[in-house]
Amino acid sequence: MNWIDVGAIEDIPLRGARKIKTALGCVAIFRTGLQEVFAASNLCPHKGGPLSEGIIHGQSVTCPLHNWVFDLNSGQAQGEDASIPTFPVEVRDGRILLDGTELAKRSAA
Amino acid sequence: MKQKQKIVVIGAGMASGRVIENLVETAPDDFDITLFNAEQRGNYNRIMLSPVLSGEKTYEDIVTHDDDWYAAHGVTCRFGEHVVGIDAAQKTVTGQNGTVSYDKLIIATGSAPFIIPVPGKDLPGVITYRDLDDTNAMIEASQKGGSAVVIGGGLLGLEAAAGLAERGMSVTVVHLMGHLMERQLDEAAGYLLRRDLERRGITIRTQASTKAIIGDGRAEAVLLDTDESLPADLVVMAVGIRPETRLATDAGLEVARGIQVDAQMQTSDPDIFAVGECVEFDGNLFGLVAPLYDQAKVLSQTLMGQADAFVVKDTATKLKVTGCDLFSAGDFADGEGREDIVLRDPARGVYKRLVIEEDRLIGAVMYGDTADGNWFFQLIKDATDVEDMRETLIFGPSAQGGDTVDPLSAVAALPRDAEICGCNGICKGTIVDAIEGGAGDLGTVRATTKASASCGTCTGLVEQLLQVTLGDDFQMPTAQPVCGCCELTHEDLRRLIKSQELKSQEAVWQELGWKTRNGCHVCRPAVNYYLLADWPLEYRDDPQSRFVNERKHANIQKDGTFSVVPRMWGGITNPAELRAIADAADKYNVPTVKVTGGQRIDLLGVKGEDLPFIWADLNRAGLVSGHAYSKGLRTVKTCVGSDHCRFGTQDSTGLGIKLEQILWGSWTPHKVKLGVSGCPRNCAEATCKDIGIICVDSGYQVSVAGAAGMDLKETEPLGDAASEQEAIDLTIAFVQLYRENAKYLDRAYKWVAKVGLDWVKSQVVDDLNERARLIEAFELSQSVYRRDPWAEGAKVATSFQPLADLTLEAAE
Repeated sequence: MNWIDVGAIEDIPLRGARKIKTALGCVAIFRTGLQEVFAASNLCPHKGGPLSEGIIHGQSVTCPLHNWVFDLNSGQAQGEDASIPTFPVEVRDGRILLDGTELAKRSAA
Repeated sequence: MKQKQKIVVIGAGMASGRVIENLVETAPDDFDITLFNAEQRGNYNRIMLSPVLSGEKTYEDIVTHDDDWYAAHGVTCRFGEHVVGIDAAQKTVTGQNGTVSYDKLIIATGSAPFIIPVPGKDLPGVITYRDLDDTNAMIEASQKGGSAVVIGGGLLGLEAAAGLAERGMSVTVVHLMGHLMERQLDEAAGYLLRRDLERRGITIRTQASTKAIIGDGRAEAVLLDTDESLPADLVVMAVGIRPETRLATDAGLEVARGIQVDAQMQTSDPDIFAVGECVEFDGNLFGLVAPLYDQAKVLSQTLMGQADAFVVKDTATKLKVTGCDLFSAGDFADGEGREDIVLRDPARGVYKRLVIEEDRLIGAVMYGDTADGNWFFQLIKDATDVEDMRETLIFGPSAQGGDTVDPLSAVAALPRDAEICGCNGICKGTIVDAIEGGAGDLGTVRATTKASASCGTCTGLVEQLLQVTLGDDFQMPTAQPVCGCCELTHEDLRRLIKSQELKSQEAVWQELGWKTRNGCHVCRPAVNYYLLADWPLEYRDDPQSRFVNERKHANIQKDGTFSVVPRMWGGITNPAELRAIADAADKYNVPTVKVTGGQRIDLLGVKGEDLPFIWADLNRAGLVSGHAYSKGLRTVKTCVGSDHCRFGTQDSTGLGIKLEQILWGSWTPHKVKLGVSGCPRNCAEATCKDIGIICVDSGYQVSVAGAAGMDLKETEPLGDAASEQEAIDLTIAFVQLYRENAKYLDRAYKWVAKVGLDWVKSQVVDDLNERARLIEAFELSQSVYRRDPWAEGAKVATSFQPLADLTLEAAE
């Protein structure tokens, strides 16, 4: 594990998201609850919509372009044979920590 | 021409209403009908009084026959007039205002509430719950707040209690028996119902007997036989009803508990018939609507000379209290040879009990999950042998093999004689025939078959039949819920947000039973809009419930970049603004600059990160957001008007600018575009806008509900204004009425088509008080929302940047 501090949880509005630039494309951090965050690819596999701009509900996000809905636990798209990569993320003392090792491995894969 | 038969009807209730409807629709030229009603109005859907009491519906929503209907069918109405007597020998009926003779008389006097004979029963403040006047009296009493005691924990009493609690009274129900609704529910279901009602703040006292109602000049408290006293500003007596038979008794007809009728609804006098709650047939009395409609059908057939006979059928009961889901049917008393199947799910508050006798289902009680109610009811009525499915019976039709999980396949599999609409006794076959005969939507099916036209709980089933029968030709209509998160239509949701004063999204989710944690991308924007439109000061717009464009205050493009459109008031600009736009286009490498149809300039291809900076630059030149992305005011298109044009009659540009400055920033159910043309040549194309104003010599013609998108539609005249101020007032009032009433994502023309232009005119043009209220309400909302979101976005530029940049981080 290689936890990288990417920011404070308060920097993301409740039921909002922010994106993070990485060498292998953008990752979106979704804040689904007061202390609940998920990390996944920012890119919708359908037409490349920016998922961090979508509406976040429950533990899902709806892509702003054509309303594909993704489960943030699994990355699976609802009713579609498609998914987005998800990444381990944690909140400790109000800071959001992303696992750099996993990020590099999965993004490269 | 044959002589018309003179029919006199005493009482305008649901049963007699159905008889009259059958007669005038089937044989319009055969009958001359006179209708007496003690109430000051005609037939309305009494089943729906409870939603009126709770504020979920209004009286107008539940009217079955209005004055126009009676006039159109030639029914002579004598409303507000009590009948004094019947002379069966002379065949006349005497009302307070005179006597009328009949060939056939129909007595439909309904029932009277049973008043328990205790001291104080006649005090002011003690009311019963039978008709609209009672309902209005309760609504009025509830407005003062305070305490209410409802005597009687049956169907009617509990609906009254729930409605009064909904309206803010502190309510206690006093019930003589050991558990609530003991005639329809067993103890376990009674307990769950009690718990749910107590959670709404209603106090329940069972095994409690009323000794007296005490008070000085009006009701103040209810005294129980334990000498305990319950404070009561309002006492509602709902202990039961008895057939209203006084007129029949006086006329010498045979009366036992009710007016005795045979299977043709004929009384002991061959020219006098009776129908509804006032009759007794074969020892039975009737209180639910389904058998009353059966009686009405039989009676109309009899009067038209067709053979028909009334038979008593089982009935099922549902409670019309939002959130209390209960169902009971058949006989569920304990007894020798009877076996129970019980399913409980305490976590969900679900209880189901089936009573079986000799391999037949004879009774069913359900609480919390009643979806399978009609299926069980059908098994009871058909006396189906359930031995083979006994193991899984309680899990309902989906557990009986085959792929019936899809509700559509369940409906498709129903036999033709399966009853769909319990109130009106309409079977699947009748509905399918009507659909195949051309009834292509819910309204037409209702009009032709009456299915789902009474209590409406089978609306979903009727829609499924439309879908099964018509396939892809059928579009699920507006009665659809907002989304899968709730059971409510947009219309119900709006009404409940207002009536229950729900002022936050959490309150809506909790109080209206959302099935998801916090909604979805369909309901969240709608709920957010309804809340901010109804509670502009208490509720704050939630950007996280906005579609990306409205959150980012720019339009997202297919490549993820945004378009930026500054406002140009009335389409007027100047060199300084144009320079600022040109400079911004250069500085942010804007690939496309386009003039829009709304008389302004669109900068396409701006990166999300650059938005706050380009806004700040444009702000410095005095340019603000054009809201080209919002469900709100977009543009006011104008022509040059009397300033420059030789045909212009008024200053159309000036009026357009004024309107845009008043309306900008407001959120609306869908986008709003205006046009103001200086003369009827209409260069601003005003007559295809949501609101279009045409200037003429005598003033301003304000028209509304145009469209130039998926649909193309000319505006319709709203009203003429003599002054510019009046034109502005009409426009604001129309926008506010639309904001307060329309379904989210209905453009103005769709909304007007639903509510009718006449109603809109009555509110905006004719009723000057309402117009003033609308304008004031709009201004209140604008005190919050008439501001530039770009200026605010520019202050929090960091929130538009990536949270972190890891591109330089060594990925190990």
